[in-house]
Amino acid sequence: MAKKDFYPLLIIIAGLVLFPLLIRGNEYFITILVFWGINAIIAMGLCLLMGYAGQISLGHAAFFGLGAYSSGILTAKYALSPIWGIIWGITLAGGIAYLVGKPTLRLKGHYMAVATLGIGEIFYIIFNELIPLTGGPSGLSGIPLLTIGGESLEGLKFFYLVWIVLLLLLIFSLNLINSRIGRAWRAIHGSELGALTLGIDVARYKLQIFVLSAIYAALAGSLYAHFVTFISPSSFSLMFSILLLMMVVIGGAETLWGALLGAGVLTLLPEYLRGLEDFEVLAYGAILMVVLLFMPRGILFAIKKMLWRSKE
Amino acid sequence: MDLISQLCQYLFAGLTLGSIYALVALGFSMIYGATGIINLAQGEFVMLGGLIMVFSSTVLHLPLFLAFIFTVIVVTLLGALFERLAIHPLKNASLITLIMITLAGSILFRGGAMFIWGKDPYGLPAFSGDRPWYLWGATIQPQIFWVLGITGGAVLGIGLFFSRTLTGKAMIACACNPLAARLLGINVWKLVLLSFALSAALGAIAGIIITPITLMEYDRGPMLALKGFSAAVLGGLGSSMGAVVAGFLIGLIESLGAGLISSGYKDALALLVLLIVLWLKPSGILGSAEESALKKF
Amino acid sequence: MAEIILEVQNLRKFFGGLRAIDQLNFVVARGKIKSIIGPNGAGKTTLFNLLTGIIPPTAGTVQFAGKILNGLKPHAIARLGIGRTFQNLELFGNMTVLENVMVGRHLRTKAGIFSAALRLPQMRQEEKAAKRQALAELHFIGLADKANFLATALPLGEQRLLEIARALATAPQLLLLDEPAAGLNMRETAKLAETIFRIRERGITVLLVEHDMSLVMEVSDEILVLNYGRKVAEGPPREIQRHPEVIAAYLGEEA
Repeated sequence: MAKKDFYPLLIIIAGLVLFPLLIRGNEYFITILVFWGINAIIAMGLCLLMGYAGQISLGHAAFFGLGAYSSGILTAKYALSPIWGIIWGITLAGGIAYLVGKPTLRLKGHYMAVATLGIGEIFYIIFNELIPLTGGPSGLSGIPLLTIGGESLEGLKFFYLVWIVLLLLLIFSLNLINSRIGRAWRAIHGSELGALTLGIDVARYKLQIFVLSAIYAALAGSLYAHFVTFISPSSFSLMFSILLLMMVVIGGAETLWGALLGAGVLTLLPEYLRGLEDFEVLAYGAILMVVLLFMPRGILFAIKKMLWRSKE
Repeated sequence: MDLISQLCQYLFAGLTLGSIYALVALGFSMIYGATGIINLAQGEFVMLGGLIMVFSSTVLHLPLFLAFIFTVIVVTLLGALFERLAIHPLKNASLITLIMITLAGSILFRGGAMFIWGKDPYGLPAFSGDRPWYLWGATIQPQIFWVLGITGGAVLGIGLFFSRTLTGKAMIACACNPLAARLLGINVWKLVLLSFALSAALGAIAGIIITPITLMEYDRGPMLALKGFSAAVLGGLGSSMGAVVAGFLIGLIESLGAGLISSGYKDALALLVLLIVLWLKPSGILGSAEESALKKF
Repeated sequence: MAEIILEVQNLRKFFGGLRAIDQLNFVVARGKIKSIIGPNGAGKTTLFNLLTGIIPPTAGTVQFAGKILNGLKPHAIARLGIGRTFQNLELFGNMTVLENVMVGRHLRTKAGIFSAALRLPQMRQEEKAAKRQALAELHFIGLADKANFLATALPLGEQRLLEIARALATAPQLLLLDEPAAGLNMRETAKLAETIFRIRERGITVLLVEHDMSLVMEVSDEILVLNYGRKVAEGPPREIQRHPEVIAAYLGEEA
């Protein structure tokens, strides 16, 4: 990671340490922060794919779902240890991302967007239709909690698990960005032709980042399953894929910090909008439109710009 | 019902669905041709057509013909408004931003519809009554003929527009080479606006004619857009005739798939067609590979 | 007899009925500077695209340092030692000057995802070396003081030099320059000529496509004239200047 990433990282770690003191026993807030962490993990992967490598995916909810259902089915239905669910989730999501990624990443812009949209929708249908396995629209319940050394992880303990995983992935991702791999992604984003003539196997790198982002999503899915203990296809619909996209775009696709911020905003927002039930979708649309029209580089960048301006 | 009547049933259902997909696909094609972008809000025009028609008949108590015209005008205006407020300001933005703005539009329209009409499906009375016709052993609602007829009329109208009017020809010129078109004095921005307005109108018509059969609710848009887009790509993006033909093809595939294989996975069928076309021949069946390689998107 | 580094035999590229390259045969001697000139549409950029594997030939072979390039993908060809710049510049506008050149070191470094994610010692060594080598190229080309500028912030002449530095960072044996003088003023062109000579001093062979005749006459050891995809003449600058067919091909064109 670069020097400039050190301070935000420190802030997060400090936040994690101080957090239990601030939010004594407020289960509601803890839950929100868990969801923020889970969403942030997916958003990070998506940010690497979109912001750095310049690709697009409108179907990432599918990989999230694959992770969730893998963990859910293997632990609830087959009573296997959760580690198998996680491993299978990652493998399945990664494998499918590899298979569909190869032909899809060859496509240009809009075609890629719609292809990934289609893929996401197909998996949504599969989650709904494969009733013997997934429980269909009625969902899958009885997913056990994760345990470490006999202790069940829920509430505050689960919060720490998620955010420690998030932190580790964040460090990995920052390291990747500041390496030849990250530069290769950004080169592909800048000019595929230029990258090719510099010896970068563009197709392979695109596939690599696509699979990696799918793995992040699947890991988040497994964590999600073991937190909510009941999952249903409605959590893995097109709307969630769009929400994930919004997290990255609204926060700022250029940096992982933007994605993190966006994940926070779009985890918190539904809570406020929950009261205005009928207004919810409209609000999302309006917010997205306003950001795209007036803050196209995301909220984080807009804030930075304001701070620079006020310095002068 | 024996196989013949079953097939007949599926055939008519397929043609009905196909009409809607054809109209949506035509809308996609037009906007893509004029702007090079895929309008992800295309399905919402259909949804709005259906719901606003419900509004104009049941709340405004307009007679059928007037309600039809009223609805098409309103949705067309919404389409034009969308172009002016959201698309035009971003004309130089990156690809991802353009995709996202049409996505935002789609969400906004959906949210607005949910706000006004809630999540329930709404119906419309059939245009000429409910008594079904019996053809070759299949039960056919008369509304189906309205669907086919009006779709045919709309497609014919668009075809004439492109081939006979100066504006229509200008739109085709614009699709082939925007720079040359501009140099010839064609106002490209006006044509972009027109393409959105026309696509919205087509979508509205689709929504109006299909609601008596399938009802309409606020979130029908995305799936319609995906299938309509499937058809547009299958027929070769930018080719109006291809879009229409492919629309009917997808409708038939879906109907036969639902009837003969499984109804739960019927949506997945159309999506599979989309993926196969995109993966194997993105220029579509009627498009040319060389031409699409030269296009921007 | 000098060693041959690039050999093009019976090369053809047809786009439907258009014969972009037709029965082209030539060689490039190692360590020399060879220029390819010809009127617009003569097939020069198509030739470069064929040599770098961006488009496949319709017929014929391209051999580089003894290896046949036919069928190889562009990134594989780059790895073999052919570097290239673009007429329309394919810089990474989203990255700084230094980062652009560091990408040039990509194919000479090895760290994979795990090595990079965990910042293993080998990866860190590679990074340091890559940065050092990239800065060395920037010093060579004269842009070291602008290392942290955004690539698009440079004026055109310097952007072209940046693309050359980036290609040099790949440690090529053969460097293809596609109209590097396009849009440059006289001072910038003179600097370009000097840079090309210094590149030759490093032992790198240069194949140059250019319209600017003064540059071509000044730097070339040998010139190949292309018209309608065919070789019209080949030889040292003095010969080409007086060649009747060359003059005819350029009739009406300003040098």
